[in-house]
Amino acid sequence: MAYMTARKRAVGLGSARTGTEHHWQMTISSYALLILTPLFLIAWGPMLGQSHEAVLTHFARPFPAIVTGLMLVVGLQHFRQGVQTAIEDYTDGVTRHLMIVAAACVSYGAMATGLFALVRLAL
Amino acid sequence: MADVNRGNRPLSPHLQVYRPQITSVSSILTRISGISLIVGALGLVWWLLAAATSPEAFAVADGVWTSPFGWLVQLGSVWALWYHFLAGARHLYWDTGRGLEIETAERLGWACVIGSVALTVLTFAIFIAV
Repeated sequence: MAYMTARKRAVGLGSARTGTEHHWQMTISSYALLILTPLFLIAWGPMLGQSHEAVLTHFARPFPAIVTGLMLVVGLQHFRQGVQTAIEDYTDGVTRHLMIVAAACVSYGAMATGLFALVRLAL
Repeated sequence: MADVNRGNRPLSPHLQVYRPQITSVSSILTRISGISLIVGALGLVWWLLAAATSPEAFAVADGVWTSPFGWLVQLGSVWALWYHFLAGARHLYWDTGRGLEIETAERLGWACVIGSVALTVLTFAIFIAV
C-alpha cells in the first residue's frame, strides 16, 4: 500500500462515466417490469403441465405472445444490466470483463432463442 | 498527493462485523433473487423452444418442469420474481427521496419479505384452483 499512488488506489473504484445512464435505463425497465410481471404470470400460469396442442393454441393468441415477447426483451435486458452492476461490485480486471461479456451472451442468447421459439409458435 | 500515506489508516467496519438487520438482509436478497431468476428464465426459454420444435421435445421439457425438481424451481422462481418485484418497487420509491428514515426502511424490508411469500402463495393458489 505504501508505494501506491493516489491514482492507482482510485482506478476501478468507479468514476461514474455512463453510470447515470445505466441507472436511468434500469429505472425505465423496472417500471416496465412492474406492469409486465403480473401480466406475464397471468399469461404463463395456466400453461405449464398442459398438453402440447393447448400450448400451441395458447401462444398463437395475441395477449400471451405479445406479453411473452416483451418479457423476454425487457426482462433479459434488465438482467444483463443488473448483473453487470453485481459483477462490477465483486470483481475487477480481466475477470470483470469476461463475466460481463458472458452475461451479455447468456442474456441475448436466451432472448433470441425465446423470440425465435415464440415466432414459430405464434405464426 | 502521492506522498500522503493512506495505507495505515483504520478501516471502517464492514458487513461481517454487523449483526444481520432487515435492511441489509432485504438488500442482499434483492441481488440474490435477481441473479437466480436466470435459472427460471433459461428453463422457460428451453420449454418454449421445445414447444416450438416437436411434441417429443415438448414432452421432455414439460416433464422436467412438472417433476418435483421442476416444481421446486417454479416455486423458487415465482418467489424470487415477487421478491425482486417488491424490492424493485421499493427502490423506485426510495429514488423519489421518500421512505429513507430507518424505521420506514425497516418496515419496507419486512413488507418485501412477507409480501413476496404472500404473493407466491396467492399465485400458486390461483393457478392450482383455475
